[in-house]
Amino acid sequence: MSGWLLYLPSFFMVEFLFYFLSALILGSALMVVLNRNPVNAVMFLLVVMGGAAGLFFLLGAYFLGVLQILVYAGAVVVLFLFIIMLIAPQTKLKPSPGKTTFAASAAAFALLAAGALALAGAGSTGVTLGEAAPVGHLSKEYGYYLFSVYLLPFLVAGFLLLIAMVGVILISKRFPREEQA
Amino acid sequence: MSIGLNEFLAVSGLLFAIGFFGVLLRRNTLIIYMCLEIMLTAVAIALVAFSRFNGSMEGLLLVFFIITVAAAEVAIGLAIIVALFRKRGTVQVEELNSLQP
Repeated sequence: MSGWLLYLPSFFMVEFLFYFLSALILGSALMVVLNRNPVNAVMFLLVVMGGAAGLFFLLGAYFLGVLQILVYAGAVVVLFLFIIMLIAPQTKLKPSPGKTTFAASAAAFALLAAGALALAGAGSTGVTLGEAAPVGHLSKEYGYYLFSVYLLPFLVAGFLLLIAMVGVILISKRFPREEQA
Repeated sequence: MSIGLNEFLAVSGLLFAIGFFGVLLRRNTLIIYMCLEIMLTAVAIALVAFSRFNGSMEGLLLVFFIITVAAAEVAIGLAIIVALFRKRGTVQVEELNSLQP
């Protein structure tokens, strides 16, 4: 079938995939920020989340990659689309932000990016992706840790989801007495 | 294969910076919210890379909990935005100034 893929050197595939996914993620994130249409921004957010899941796969965290696609691409993006459909049918586009705002934001972005890049380039450990042993590529390990070491945070996360559900219902409920006042 | 930890950290830092840029630049609450999600994803990438290169499970489990909390946060935040829109008729940040004297 696709036997020719097996003959490609694997380092080429990993390097190519890393740079391709990184460029995709960073470009799409910039488009989320700079796009004027909220629907297009959500679609680029979908690309960012998918690319991040690809990076997770590349790092060997298959479970987290699938979780990222399920939760972000499956639930969060659809929720954003619903909300945009509900509240933002604005046909006229808002004026772009002022020059001062743009300059200040760009300066903050440049400072943060320069700091992050300087920190990331500050000296390599010398260990490459192929030499580091993959960890967490079995879902069994997550189950073991979640039900032994991280049992309390796991239960708290469950309660947090319950509280979020009740809170959303409460927030989006209409109170007739309040609206009359 | 020359991809090390530093390359992943560079991507993560740049993604975080882009999300920060969006939070500062945009005036639409929904877009600001999306940029917050981008920042969370950047942190998740850094944690997974650290976990892989240190050979421990802790970072992966932290990402697991980050995804859980982010899902709850998105649900609550979007409900608040809808309630705000119902009350005020706008989601632009500069028009939500009723606390100003």
